Amino acid sequence: MTAAEPVILPGRGGLFGTLSDVLWRNPRLTLLLMLAPPLLWLGIIYLGSLFALLAQSFFSIDEFSGLIRYEWTLKTYAELLRPSNLDIIVRTVTMAAAVTLASAVVAFPIAYYAARYARGKWKAFFYLGAMLPLWSSYLVKIYAWKLILAKEGILTWIFAKLHLTPVLEAWLSIPVIGGNSLSVSYTGTFIVFVYVWLPYMILPTQAALERVPDSMLEASSDLGGSPAQTFRHVLLPLALPGIIAGSIFTFSLTLGDYIIPQIIGSSRLFIGQAVYAHQGTAGNIPLAAAFTVVPIVIMGLYLWMAKRQGAFDAL
Amino acid sequence: MRSDRNGKAPLGLKIAAAGGLLFLHLPILLIFVYAFTTEDKSYQWPPPGLTLKWLAVTWNRPDVWQALGLSVRVAAISTALALVLGTLCAAAVSRTKFFGRETVSLLVILPIALPGIITGIALRSAFSLADIPYSFWTIVLGHATFCVVVVYNNAVARFRRTSGSLIEASMDLGADGFQTFRHVVLPNIGTALLAGGMLAFALSFDEVIVTTFTAGQQTTLPIWMLEELVRPRQRPVTNVVAMVVVLVTFLPILAAYYLTRDGDRIAGSGK
Amino acid sequence: MQTAVAFSQVSRHFGPVRAVDGVDLKIAEGEFFAMLGPSGSGKTTCLRLIAGFEQPTAGHIEIFGETAEGVPPYRRNVNTVFQDYALFPHLSVADNVAYGPMIRGVAKAERMKAAEEALALVQLPGYGARQPGQLSGGQRQRVALARALVNKPKVLLLDEPLGALDLKLREQMQEELKTLQRSLGITFVFVTHDQGEALSMADRVAVFNEGKIMQVGAPEEIYRAPRSRFVADFVGSSNILPPETVERFAGKRAWASLRPESIRLATAGGHAATVLGHSYLGAATRLSVDMDGQRLTLLLPAGATVPATGSQAAIEWNGDDLHLMEDGQ
Repeated sequence: MTAAEPVILPGRGGLFGTLSDVLWRNPRLTLLLMLAPPLLWLGIIYLGSLFALLAQSFFSIDEFSGLIRYEWTLKTYAELLRPSNLDIIVRTVTMAAAVTLASAVVAFPIAYYAARYARGKWKAFFYLGAMLPLWSSYLVKIYAWKLILAKEGILTWIFAKLHLTPVLEAWLSIPVIGGNSLSVSYTGTFIVFVYVWLPYMILPTQAALERVPDSMLEASSDLGGSPAQTFRHVLLPLALPGIIAGSIFTFSLTLGDYIIPQIIGSSRLFIGQAVYAHQGTAGNIPLAAAFTVVPIVIMGLYLWMAKRQGAFDAL
Repeated sequence: MRSDRNGKAPLGLKIAAAGGLLFLHLPILLIFVYAFTTEDKSYQWPPPGLTLKWLAVTWNRPDVWQALGLSVRVAAISTALALVLGTLCAAAVSRTKFFGRETVSLLVILPIALPGIITGIALRSAFSLADIPYSFWTIVLGHATFCVVVVYNNAVARFRRTSGSLIEASMDLGADGFQTFRHVVLPNIGTALLAGGMLAFALSFDEVIVTTFTAGQQTTLPIWMLEELVRPRQRPVTNVVAMVVVLVTFLPILAAYYLTRDGDRIAGSGK
Repeated sequence: MQTAVAFSQVSRHFGPVRAVDGVDLKIAEGEFFAMLGPSGSGKTTCLRLIAGFEQPTAGHIEIFGETAEGVPPYRRNVNTVFQDYALFPHLSVADNVAYGPMIRGVAKAERMKAAEEALALVQLPGYGARQPGQLSGGQRQRVALARALVNKPKVLLLDEPLGALDLKLREQMQEELKTLQRSLGITFVFVTHDQGEALSMADRVAVFNEGKIMQVGAPEEIYRAPRSRFVADFVGSSNILPPETVERFAGKRAWASLRPESIRLATAGGHAATVLGHSYLGAATRLSVDMDGQRLTLLLPAGATVPATGSQAAIEWNGDDLHLMEDGQ
């Protein structure tokens, strides 16, 4: 080793060399510089807009001129609690709950099979099987169901071929959930919601099931648990955080959606449609803003409960 | 349950799982049949006949091309912005421990965790409060905001998997911060960024809920489709467009899957 | 001889944790120096202070007489072999080794030649085209070594370099590292929690505990004359005798250390003890006995007659093997 070689080398100089030395000496400055662009973007553009919106829910609309009166008031919230508006909220929450429940039931076997039986190629197949519909176009998915549920569409045709048309007609004649055809009934809305949000339920459920160690199931059967008991007392409780994590998506997405019920469903409004209508043609931004507070509050409560169940670890 | 891992699945479970997967995929396959139907006045099944003519008709529609062009430009710019913002944020969160990391993660996820209509109407009312006219850039502003999370999720997962001593090793061998980024960090997170970028592109390309609030008079491809869904006027063209959209979105998703499959998963739950 | 690394009153605190607490240390040029201690004792933090990954909270560090505080790692002519090797997964073995020269702007042909020479030095000639993922643990370790040595560092730092290798390979690498260090004459500073490794390889050993250096010295010195109970116990195994017991044998009240191999069965005379049990170790047999309420461990050479459990035995040792310690800690 040549003793003449210096032990402390000079910096490489130039703009980048100097800048690099400065950043290295000031790790906090480096962190600040990295965080500033995303935080400014999200903080100003996103949070700023969000708070501006929420603030507007405390303004009201002048009934005569139709203009917004910029005075703090709870009048808009009183308006939100009118029976016709409460109806919309109850309808939306009921639909969200039904959709969540159905998604959990349909998703569980897929997630369970993928997590505990599928191996190698099949594993990838199942994963992509949930992934591709998740990422494929939302509108195309809705469009596909418009085709399926249309009066002249494939579902009616299948029922006819199976000589089950009376069953379909009997279902459609049930009040509330029935209607003229499937595409203008709550049943149709419900099916499309379940279809569109199902992958959001499969993936977290599968992830939670994958994390259940085999030894735990073996321990249960070793202790005399029948397969059904093992499922009920060991597997299901351990999978629950995953199901709850999935339900956050299905519930939240249903609460805020306004396109599905607009295209497939009856003419009665959901929260999303009400928001859309009030901000658009009616120009009643305060009421629209107050309506958006409803899903925010519901999701806040929901997330709080989910957090207590440990669902965030399963995301 | 004992032989869970190696044993055979109960028949009932197999049927339920297969049924679920068919429920997920058959509707999309149906689109492919409808794209070739000769029927143009209704959604009649079975199709009275098959034809290729609608492909040509769609090809010659300037409005479809314009909408497609706008969507591609919006998605490209939003993805580029999201890549920069998401990578910076992921690097800061996973490389340094600082007070408020959790808050930063939450802030990134929020635009996607809250229903899209809230993001949409919030941006719209902010634009009107600030007197910003609707334009190409108002669409991009909204899209980039919710695309950040996809890049962020992919980058954070890869950073977590990349050993922190690689960066130290590089500095130890004489590379300063920028050289380390170029020669070590970028090659190691490159595929994750590519995957995140593709998913962000797919997300932006398909977005309609926020876009209806931020687009003004402009028509992206999803907005064009939404108009057709609400008031069907040209069913055959819509069928063909739907089929093309399915094909075009599948490719980046498959590519993103193969880029990230060893180890971290595509952060799909963030859509 | 020049001082390669000098610490004076160096501390590194992480919040309330004093990882390194007032350390004074001098490492001579060309020395093979070991930092030994349990995990969390501050030895790795000291290594990282020399490398430049950490900055001292207080105190002063010099490397070959030059102040090291505030100098980033990439400007120190000091290289590290990492515990997990930290080979770049996206580069071939040759490109890994040539990384340092590449950063310094050495032309491609020249740096590839240097890399090939460094690989030959660590007995991996012709491995350049492989990917790190295709190598065994021992081979990766050698690549990491070559990648550091190719830069001709003034000090080479090794963080638990043999920790991940199995026993056979570890012994072989100990020999090789030692030979390599002698032939290159570079100062080696290595961190380990394995006292056997420290004793067999190093010229001098510093024993760390709770952020402080407990003792520095040649391996024989540390082993034969531990200054504290901690060192006696951590370096090799030892019988630690309390002052009351020691007073009976040495006439002085102090803690003392008595190595198991210094105790033998007495043929005549000796101290009476009861055999509590024994275990066969191959090269020796370990016997535990009770001597007036003091439990002792002794090592009997292979082939010696082992007294039965429960029987009475007489034991003895040379007076100067009972090492009195200055400090009761």
